[in-house]
Amino acid sequence: MEILFFSLFNGILYGLLLFMLSAGLTLIFGMMGVLNFAHASFFMLGAYFAYQISQFIGFWPALVIAPLVVGVAGALVERYGLRQVHKYGHVAELLFTFGIAFVIEELVQMVWGKAPVPYEIPQSMKFTALTWQGMNYSAYRVFMVLISVGIFAALYLFLKRTRVGLIIQAALSYPDVVGSLGHNVPRIFMLVFGFGTALAGIAGVLGGNVLGTEPAMALQLGTIVFVVIVVGGLGSLGGALIASIFIGLLTNMAVSFDIPFRGFFEALGVSPEAMGTGKDLIDMTSSGISPILPYLLLVLMLIFRPRGLFGQRDV
Amino acid sequence: MRLLLSKTGVWIAAAAVILLAPTLFQSGFALSVMGQMGVAIIFALAYNMLLGQGGMLSFGHAVYFGLAGYFSIHYLNLMGEGLVWYFPVSLLPLFGGVVGLFFGVLIGFVSTRRAGTTFAMISLGFSEMATALTLILVAFFNGEEGIQTDRWVGPEPFGITYGPDIQVYYLIGIWCFVAMVAMYALTKTPFGRMSNAVRDNPERAQFVGYNTQRVRWLAFSLSSFFAGLAGALHAINFEHVGFETVGLAQSGFVLFMVFIGGVRHYLGPILGAVLITLLTATLGDLTQAWFLYFGIFFVVMVVFAPGGLAGLIMLHEPVWKTDIRLAQRMILPYMGGLITALIAGFGLIGLIEMIYFVSHKLAGDTDVLLYGFATDVSSIYSWLIYGTIAATGIVLCRKSFPAVRGSWNSAMDDVRERFSA
Repeated sequence: MEILFFSLFNGILYGLLLFMLSAGLTLIFGMMGVLNFAHASFFMLGAYFAYQISQFIGFWPALVIAPLVVGVAGALVERYGLRQVHKYGHVAELLFTFGIAFVIEELVQMVWGKAPVPYEIPQSMKFTALTWQGMNYSAYRVFMVLISVGIFAALYLFLKRTRVGLIIQAALSYPDVVGSLGHNVPRIFMLVFGFGTALAGIAGVLGGNVLGTEPAMALQLGTIVFVVIVVGGLGSLGGALIASIFIGLLTNMAVSFDIPFRGFFEALGVSPEAMGTGKDLIDMTSSGISPILPYLLLVLMLIFRPRGLFGQRDV
Repeated sequence: MRLLLSKTGVWIAAAAVILLAPTLFQSGFALSVMGQMGVAIIFALAYNMLLGQGGMLSFGHAVYFGLAGYFSIHYLNLMGEGLVWYFPVSLLPLFGGVVGLFFGVLIGFVSTRRAGTTFAMISLGFSEMATALTLILVAFFNGEEGIQTDRWVGPEPFGITYGPDIQVYYLIGIWCFVAMVAMYALTKTPFGRMSNAVRDNPERAQFVGYNTQRVRWLAFSLSSFFAGLAGALHAINFEHVGFETVGLAQSGFVLFMVFIGGVRHYLGPILGAVLITLLTATLGDLTQAWFLYFGIFFVVMVVFAPGGLAGLIMLHEPVWKTDIRLAQRMILPYMGGLITALIAGFGLIGLIEMIYFVSHKLAGDTDVLLYGFATDVSSIYSWLIYGTIAATGIVLCRKSFPAVRGSWNSAMDDVRERFSA
């Protein structure tokens, strides 16, 4: 029972972190149709900047400064790179962001090296906030949950209740009409891109010290974020939230309840000894295949329902 | 271009280059690099059947390359133990191709209904799944270590043992030639034409009565066949297949090669494969930052030259075909552009190398070897010098590049005038 609650908590936490990452991406994707391959690279930049800033002036200023820097970097990439490529179509844009992801990873290795950097949870947050069902929940993790829920609420209200949010939403569905109404659509794109990458930056600041800050982190999370976007549905904030939490729970549960598949195969009448090299197939457990699950979900979703759970258009 | 290629002369020249290259470059290193080039050419051409000719951007084509490598290497090992029938090593690439084809047919069926982003994402999903599987199915993939083999097995027809590297080179060379001809011939078949049509306008192709999914599926399967062929050759060449051969990095690498070479021309991927393999082999040891330069180069190409190197060359085709004197007029501005770009590159590379050195150095080290000079990174002057060179180069580029464009424009105007006259 404790394991259930603990993995529920961790699953939701991981899911919320994924949501912060994918919220910006789903806006960008919905608006420009660009699947930004480099989105998780901005997440990584957020973590590294936060590490560097917290070396000098501490974690709390870093929480504010790092996402801002990341957002500006994102806006610059849109203004001077992506916008130029836009005329060549979506495939060229995807190629461009793929290249940017590659370059950012190399740049990070250039400055901070290939080994993980010791980016740690702030000292003031290193205590147990609550104990429930015999498990300790650290203050930092509770803080992460609060921040992500806050961001979701703020983002939701911003998009649904403010004028700017309405224009963004309109540009999401009918960019041409919004443009002809006199709004500067390329500028909106740039701002949304910068804003989305800044959100990724916040996720990086918060998640970097829990997940580990290293050059490979972008690639690891980057592809999972795509799964969230595709499963949740193009441009759907609510879909992204549900998909994030679902994937967070799925991978966490698969690991904590390590279900062996051996019994399943034996019930089918397959004896492990007869399989030879296929023995690994029978000895698989749910924690062993947990890295595959999100991608399986991605592929199945794209094959059977390309618009995702809550999307209005196909990918 | 088409006229040029249809002449058998080009193919004879290609065969001669493949045959004679080892007499020019005899060192073991050169032989190994040329072998890798051959494999890269096949893989790149196979990839371009998807990207260039079929309009499908794949982030997971290494899956077929790598899986074919694994199956081939297992076959070699089983053959060594005498557990399976003898199959000539020289023909093993065919076996690899069939493995690639098998998985291509299977996965292609579910992923080719749509092109564009959907296809790209599905290919990414399969790529990640394959990578994860290499760490789960340990008996087959052997985790991060990969699988070793010995290609010297079975009878030795005509004394071919694949012991000496030169024999492996010629094996790759012959297969490379066969694959180049075969894939070129494919572009000329009705299927090749339909593949282009589906890329450019799937709706119209559908109205004409073609099943677009089936055309894409066929292209995907054939492309996987050639990728598998390349994978088997890779396995024979290195006598080792590692988990990285199926991964996203490998898929990205072939994508970079093909795009830098140029997707819209048959020779583009060949150009990219040769150039990038050569640069990686030579510069990879020289500088740690090679992959950074590589990535920046790719991004610059995507933004400024989406046709790749081959596309850039072909932009000038009308000029030299009309009048070679027009081309001569362009030499001066082009030289200017090249020199200013070199100056900017010289400065920027110096700066990047110094940053790399500073963040990776051991305590006490101060001097980095830049262009043959020991440069003191603790001195502000080193940074100022390279910073100034880079800034000067960039400022000059802003003058020289418009001149390049202007000279091309005026040459093209001349060409148009002569045609209308």
